[in-house]
Amino acid sequence: MADVEDSAAAGSVAEPLDLVRLLLDEVVFVKLRGDRELKGRLHAYDSHMNLVLGEVLETIYVVDDDENDEEIRTITKKSEMLFVRGDSVVLVSPHNSS
Amino acid sequence: MASNITKETTKSRRHSMITIHARTRTHQSSISKDDVSRALCLSFFKTLIDNEVTVELKNDIQIRGTLKSVDQYLNIKLDDIQVLEELKYPHLSSVKNVFIRGSVVRYVHLPHSAVDVTLLEDATRREAANQAAKAK
Repeated sequence: MADVEDSAAAGSVAEPLDLVRLLLDEVVFVKLRGDRELKGRLHAYDSHMNLVLGEVLETIYVVDDDENDEEIRTITKKSEMLFVRGDSVVLVSPHNSS
Repeated sequence: MASNITKETTKSRRHSMITIHARTRTHQSSISKDDVSRALCLSFFKTLIDNEVTVELKNDIQIRGTLKSVDQYLNIKLDDIQVLEELKYPHLSSVKNVFIRGSVVRYVHLPHSAVDVTLLEDATRREAANQAAKAK
């Protein structure tokens, strides 16, 4: 138990959620169900992958079915602070600004 | 003889009472463990009570209202609600208060000013350490 707390304090990685812990206060990329993606600063998470993100940019991919040609349209929305329910989360990854 | 039987039944009844009691106790302890794992988000939402929030549901309806209460499932009660894009979603135009089942929530949009970011990050690290300790 002391080992675990030491490792948590040292920032080592013992389980998948530890990777998320290392992303706290960093800008992250989150993929969600329903063709949605988020970019924002990670302020909180829990074991359900509920997230709290700050300065969020949401991108929604919508297929426009005009006549014959299908076009993919994106909708972007901004939010200053956002709680995301964990059951919609597909993946969380560090966001590289390149 | 008759008294013997009653003694026996009371004894067995008492015994079953004890086992039931023990069972409820273990049940309660498992619930409280679960509470701990949900505690971060729950207590975070409790700090937001009486703030104006916008709840976005999984069917795209957005409801703005005053956060009145939250429970362990992150069910939400909102007062003085107003539906965004009311023309598209006229279903709730006459509704004042709602209880939203936690599982249908996609997002909750929050006011930045109501959130202490550093406090939240510290609480998250503490929670992560607790979870790791529990897993061991």
